[in-house]
Amino acid sequence: MTITSIPVPTAAPTQDIAELGLRESATFDRATIADIQRAAATGVYDIRGWGAKRKVPHFDDLLFLGASMSRYPLEGYREKCDTDVVLGDRHASRPLHLQTPVTIAGMSFGALSANAKEALGRGASEVGTSTTTGDGGMTPEERGQSKHLVYQYLPSRYGMNPDDLRKADAIEIVLGQGAKPGGGGMLLGQKITERVAGMRTLPVGIDQRSASRHPDWTGPDDLEIKIGELREITDWKTPIYVKIGASRPYYDTALAVKSGADVVVLDGMQGGTAATQQVFIENVGIPTLAAIPQAVQALQELGMHRKVQLIVSGGIRTGADVAKAMALGADAVAIGTAALIALGDNDPRYAAEYADLGSAAGFYDDFQDGRDPAGITTQDPELASRLDPVAAGKRLANYLRVLTMEAQTIARACGKSHLHNLEPEDLVALTIEASAMARVPLAGTSWIPGVQGSF
Amino acid sequence: MVTLTAPETLGAVTAPDDDAAAPTVVDLADAPVRGLNQDLHHAVDGQSWTVANPGGKHSLAVGINADVTVTIDGHAGYYAAGMHQKGTVKVNGNAGVGLAENIMSGTVHVTGDASQSAAATGHGGLVVIDGNAGARCGISMKGVDIVVGGNIGHMSAFMAQAGRLVVCGDAGDALGDSIYEARIYVKGTVASLGADCIEKPLRDEHLAELAELLAAAGRTDNPADFSRYGSARNLYHFHVDNSTAY
Repeated sequence: MTITSIPVPTAAPTQDIAELGLRESATFDRATIADIQRAAATGVYDIRGWGAKRKVPHFDDLLFLGASMSRYPLEGYREKCDTDVVLGDRHASRPLHLQTPVTIAGMSFGALSANAKEALGRGASEVGTSTTTGDGGMTPEERGQSKHLVYQYLPSRYGMNPDDLRKADAIEIVLGQGAKPGGGGMLLGQKITERVAGMRTLPVGIDQRSASRHPDWTGPDDLEIKIGELREITDWKTPIYVKIGASRPYYDTALAVKSGADVVVLDGMQGGTAATQQVFIENVGIPTLAAIPQAVQALQELGMHRKVQLIVSGGIRTGADVAKAMALGADAVAIGTAALIALGDNDPRYAAEYADLGSAAGFYDDFQDGRDPAGITTQDPELASRLDPVAAGKRLANYLRVLTMEAQTIARACGKSHLHNLEPEDLVALTIEASAMARVPLAGTSWIPGVQGSF
Repeated sequence: MVTLTAPETLGAVTAPDDDAAAPTVVDLADAPVRGLNQDLHHAVDGQSWTVANPGGKHSLAVGINADVTVTIDGHAGYYAAGMHQKGTVKVNGNAGVGLAENIMSGTVHVTGDASQSAAATGHGGLVVIDGNAGARCGISMKGVDIVVGGNIGHMSAFMAQAGRLVVCGDAGDALGDSIYEARIYVKGTVASLGADCIEKPLRDEHLAELAELLAAAGRTDNPADFSRYGSARNLYHFHVDNSTAY
């Protein structure tokens, strides 16, 4: 959020507030007070980007059990630990074969600048993984720079056309997003430039609200027929993903599989957004950690685990997160927020400009305003030109390599010759909450709350 | 539930006929839909097909990208002529959900009724329904022209962005809810208008475009008998004064 209505002190207080004996309310902390003041001043709910910022049980609450006596580790730099993944071989004659299981999540041209989309394509292609379009159609920049491009099929169908559909390497039918399960997209007028408006068939400068339901199907029986149509149009060549926002992943995953999906994409509540009501981001959906075991259970019960691949997103930051998601049963992961940070989002070099916008490096989430100093979440030509797509693509490729190597490091320590061989048995939890959600034992015990009644 | 057929179990059923004068006949009582669609995807301009015994099957004649003529003799299921790009598809019968969804150009003509979401998200071209259309006709339309001989159901032209919707009968509830720049012409009654949709004056340029659309659909209705509806453009921006409309 941006603090626009509150007087900003001219000089920072020099004394530690706690030393004065002042006590901050846990219930009404400073951010909450600022939210109330902002609402009172404007009369409109706060809209922002990024995902849930509240603290929820996460991959940080899990640890790996490295090999020792009862398990053999692999030699760290000599024995092979493969990372490739095949996505969509259930029905499609041309499945994707990626070199790393870390993919780039769907983000629209419109939400992001053309340079940012190009940079994502360059970075992903350099390491042999896929990138994904968003709620604004496919741009030539993106198609041209992306070796593997996933084309999103959204309720709005902005820019949807059969030529781009046939150019896609995979089709992702979007039912929801972790930041806002049950909500449609938003793009505020500042970012609806002539090009963005043209691609979406909208008047320039309006506050665009995307539909939250698909216009021509309702429920899993219809979805099965819709998937059949898309397969017919693409001659059964193109893998079809179904993306769900994590709320009831057990049922949604089962229904996606029954509807004929090749791949299920599961986005937890920490997954990012370009513009959504803050109340929605923070209060709807469940954490990624809680969602994965439910989805995996559905796949296993249907006998489809590893046949219908599971891509998990929402709060993936490190190779440890990648390895933990895969140990819990994911076939691949997707990154959005982390990819933008790798491109240059929230870079301290723009500290002064973030301050001018009422934010700070590390806190900036006003992606809806289109005034991003880093030139990523903007349509302003001058700001967008700050992002060099070649250099930013290189940074993303570096980051993707680090994620992959970190995950390999952990997998080798657990004695696994492929990231896919990681399993829940390799994990323990640090907290009772994480143990219950991830369905792995509390560290040092054999207890999984909700699965076993006692220690 | 439909049964998805694995790709390897199917082969091409009929070779397209090089002689444009004689339509290729595909009998769907014996042949799978996939063979028909694959042949249509390899078609060249000027060819024609007749589909017998469609039996309400789904995804008939989808993704056509050549100037061909396809006549479906019977009822079609969901998504008939989906993502149509060129040529003409005629259904001599009724059509299911999502007729000509996301049509780009060309013509799709249904002689009977169409179910809900007809011509949903269509970007261009002409969709003619001689009978009635169900709910959500023209939902999120983006430039397509739709002419319905009979009535249309509720929530039609919901979030309609561009194009023209012509209704020669009556319209159901919440017509044009959250409409953008599409234009709606209704000859009969409108049960109710949706949020931000209002009646607008029927000026000469509207009479002229309506006459063209009716003629293109082969109809003889008098344009002067219609009323025009469109966006009040009051909900284009988030504003505190609109909070009860959100």
